[in-house]
Amino acid sequence: MKKTTAITALLGAGAMTTGAVLAEPVEDNLVVNGQIEMTTWTERSDVVEGKLPEIISGWHFRGTETRAMQSDDFDNPGMIFVEDAQESWFTPVGDAGKSCASCHDDVAESMKGVRAVYPKWNEDAQEVRTLEMQVNACRTENMEAEPLDYTSTEMTSMVALISSVSRGMPVDVATDGPVSETWEAGKELYYTRTGQLELSCANCHEDNYGRMIRADHLSQGQINGFPVYRLKNTKLNSVHARFKGCVRDTRAETFAPGSPEFVALELYVASRGNGLSVEGPSVRN
Amino acid sequence: MAENVRPRVKAPRQASAGEAVTIKTLISHPMESGQRKDSDGNTIPRSIIHRFTCEFNGEIVVDVAMEPAISTNPYFEFEAVVPEAGDFKFTWYDDDGSVYEDTQSVALA
Repeated sequence: MKKTTAITALLGAGAMTTGAVLAEPVEDNLVVNGQIEMTTWTERSDVVEGKLPEIISGWHFRGTETRAMQSDDFDNPGMIFVEDAQESWFTPVGDAGKSCASCHDDVAESMKGVRAVYPKWNEDAQEVRTLEMQVNACRTENMEAEPLDYTSTEMTSMVALISSVSRGMPVDVATDGPVSETWEAGKELYYTRTGQLELSCANCHEDNYGRMIRADHLSQGQINGFPVYRLKNTKLNSVHARFKGCVRDTRAETFAPGSPEFVALELYVASRGNGLSVEGPSVRN
Repeated sequence: MAENVRPRVKAPRQASAGEAVTIKTLISHPMESGQRKDSDGNTIPRSIIHRFTCEFNGEIVVDVAMEPAISTNPYFEFEAVVPEAGDFKFTWYDDDGSVYEDTQSVALA
């Protein structure tokens, strides 16, 4: 792999002069349950042309034990939440007396491939919708139920369930056509420095992935593995909750989860991972 | 009172006589340690699973005393020798008096 040689060459010079800490992504293969073969390290797509030499899932930036946890559903604590959502799938809520299954039947069939293409343009609503927005649209319009809080455990578990049936399929979100305006807005945000530390997403996840930021191993910030079960807070974390945490870490006032800014950012960041496998729910630290 | 407690077991359905098989168990449980305080400064009462046992045809395979330092969703992985066809019975004892059970049958290959 090209990047490996480049970094090894750099390491000699770097160690002498600046003493920069480099920690490489680990070369390994992810196969879940001995069945689902994941693409976690691949050629760049057009989206990141000239920006990233290769696209690498966050899985490669985590430790051996953490990586192993994701390779078996029994060991993956994220699957506990998926099971909870499986129950909610069949539970009628709202005045219409419908459950998810009333319309969508078997989640493994009806939702296969859905995670891979979201965020996605919704023609009727004339807006870009994330999976969370779509779940809430279903709840309010079809089930006549209260919408779920954007980053609530119930919502994130449902997204994890929908994601779990697409595992192994390549992320393939559209960047042109009706979504292009939102995509450009997301790209703008990605490269905008925020907060007292004046950091953009790109400063860490494009310029410095593979390096350590204090005790953290910087990844490319790919979101193909979301929702993510994090060992540090022992729960599933949604994309927007993670964005919020990142922006907060730059010491800025953050956007709200579900805000148009984060929807745009999610679309752009998702497109940077086009070609990686859907991994959610993944395990990270 | 712990909510959403669900035991899970992964054990082979078949084994040859005398074979040591790997068994994995996990129970979803918050394992509240009793050391934490809520936002008003009141102690959150301890609520953990304090004992876990595995039996094979009535004979104890493991009997574990669990303490408050054990994390959320306790996970055990151990090996057990299967001398004959039979049932593994798994039991978790909660502080609140609840007992959660699961059984898994193993046939001889």
